[in-house]
Amino acid sequence: MRIRLEPRLQTSQSAMLLAPIIAVAAAMVVSGILIASAGVNPIQAFGTMIKAAVGSRSAFLETLLKVTPLIFTGLCAALAFRIKFWNIGGEGQLLLGAMAAAYVGTQTLPAWSYLPLMIAAGFLLGGLGALLPAWLRLKLNVNDTVSTLMLNFVIFFGMMALLSGPWKDPISGWSDSPDIVMNAEFPIIVERSRLHIGFLLAVGSAVVLWLVSTRTTFGMAMKAIGENPRAAHHAGFSVSKIFLVTALLSGGLAGLAGVCEVGGVQFQVISTISPGYGYAGLVVATLARLHPGEIILSAMFLGAIMTGADEMSRQTGIPATLADVVQGVSLLAMLIALVFTRYRLRLRASNKKVEAL
Amino acid sequence: MEVWEQVFQLGVLAAAIRMATPLLLGTLGEMVAERSGVVNLGIDGVMTAGAFLAFLTAWLTGSLWLALLVAVLGGLLVGLFTGILVIDLGLDQTVAGLGVMLTLYGLVYFIFRLLFGGVGTPPAIAQFGPLPVPLLSKLPVLGPVLFNQNILTYLAFSLAPVMAYFLFRTPAGLALRTVGENPQAAAAAGIKVRAIRYRALGFASAMAAAGGAFLTLAVFNSFTFGIVSARGWICLALVVLGRWSPWGCTAAVLLFGSIDALQLRLQSSGALAIPYQVFLMLPFLATIIAMIIIARRVHAPEALMKPYSSEDR
Repeated sequence: MRIRLEPRLQTSQSAMLLAPIIAVAAAMVVSGILIASAGVNPIQAFGTMIKAAVGSRSAFLETLLKVTPLIFTGLCAALAFRIKFWNIGGEGQLLLGAMAAAYVGTQTLPAWSYLPLMIAAGFLLGGLGALLPAWLRLKLNVNDTVSTLMLNFVIFFGMMALLSGPWKDPISGWSDSPDIVMNAEFPIIVERSRLHIGFLLAVGSAVVLWLVSTRTTFGMAMKAIGENPRAAHHAGFSVSKIFLVTALLSGGLAGLAGVCEVGGVQFQVISTISPGYGYAGLVVATLARLHPGEIILSAMFLGAIMTGADEMSRQTGIPATLADVVQGVSLLAMLIALVFTRYRLRLRASNKKVEAL
Repeated sequence: MEVWEQVFQLGVLAAAIRMATPLLLGTLGEMVAERSGVVNLGIDGVMTAGAFLAFLTAWLTGSLWLALLVAVLGGLLVGLFTGILVIDLGLDQTVAGLGVMLTLYGLVYFIFRLLFGGVGTPPAIAQFGPLPVPLLSKLPVLGPVLFNQNILTYLAFSLAPVMAYFLFRTPAGLALRTVGENPQAAAAAGIKVRAIRYRALGFASAMAAAGGAFLTLAVFNSFTFGIVSARGWICLALVVLGRWSPWGCTAAVLLFGSIDALQLRLQSSGALAIPYQVFLMLPFLATIIAMIIIARRVHAPEALMKPYSSEDR
């Protein structure tokens, strides 16, 4: 007997709905085992996590604050992956956006202009950070997975050099950039919380991209290029232009994550401005099957895990790196579950036996 | 002038060779996997796991060789698991690799924090000491640089000719390369595509884990958070720079290693009034620039990252 994967004639809708549930369940089982091995009751630990993430008004709003950059980096990865541009550089593009926003935010400008200018500058710089590797792949066939990854480190160390040198906060003397001016701080959208306008911007971007990808020629072109660039070319799409524009959008969205962290949370650039939001964005995008609308949901899941794991760690002493395990396991489980939307398992006699007959 | 004198001290060159060892192990392994058509994108996580497994075993048993063995076996297992995902299930190698990496990071640091969380500094373990080669180590200049290393470094640097012979002079090597260039043709010739890819990926993962083990067993004699510091990622770039050849990869590792040693030296000399992060950035920047320079002459294995299904024929 041999186990084989057999293609389904139609994509299984029930498997499609089940996939995210399986992913979350797998992550819970694995992390439950880890929590138990640390000598803590998993049910209690999960309870603590859920309570810390969504258990009260303030907890929920703090989770939404974390969800904001995750939506942006998730959109960044989803757009890039849709056209098979392997942008692993969301982390670096986020930092570029943060630096651009912090630079604009410390200038003297009319009060109304800070928000649009910070967004524009962060979007542009982040976008350029993705455009460069996309262009290098298109023109010179430079491997984009590797180049975007290497750029993450170049940008991070470049930022750290700026922070400990020319951009050092003159008042505190720490290796942080100076605070942005009062007028540049993002408006708060829910009173008695830190939730800022960036959250609306993130949700709005997801909805807009959802519409763009389903209702416009550009969205159709993206889909065509992702599936078969040659066929897309013959269908009359200018493949390289759409590839580069999508790359710019992808990086720009990651840049907006950085803009929001500077404008709405930290008000300056610090070395730990991103606790890996860029990499988590890859998980967000995969859990959402690269669907812009579903990214809001998967970002909420990961945001809740991150907030919950921190609090659980404080209360029970379980290492917060459990959040990484949850991310990795749910990502893999989701990928495996998605295979079964297109294939089914079949037990079949081994080839040798067939030949013997 | 003083800066350059410091840079070219023999001790620095010897250290550069030693620090190149984990990269060489990871890069040569990754090269074999990619030659068969599979990218092991979880490599940074595998290195971290190898470093931790080796540290844990050495700490528990005191045996360095056993520690290395456990790390290698652990790496092999991860490689086979990744194989199920990307060879049998045909998952996207980029995303599946990232999933493996995230899971391994999470697991390793979870267990590490659990076991050593309360301790300020994790315990130190014994390490592989230098093993001077008789006579050769007495040579001027070359002796102390090349022939006063530890045994793992000698082994790693003798791998290139072995692998060049394997890849280009043996039937198994030819089969591996065919699988990476044209799996359909390989299958038609009776070569078991999946079996070869499994072996290549298992080998790559075992080598990456050995590279990680080298860090704990021969460099830092302990395990710390972030010990691998992206060396796995760098291996991925070095395979491209080395243009998928054993000698090329060795040369790429040495180039990267010398830039790395140079930046460390410049950092500590303090002679240049530049923030030290600029030097940390250098190896990564140099890698990108080198990739751009050689881009036109690079020919990646044709079937790289393309899953193979026997229905394709």
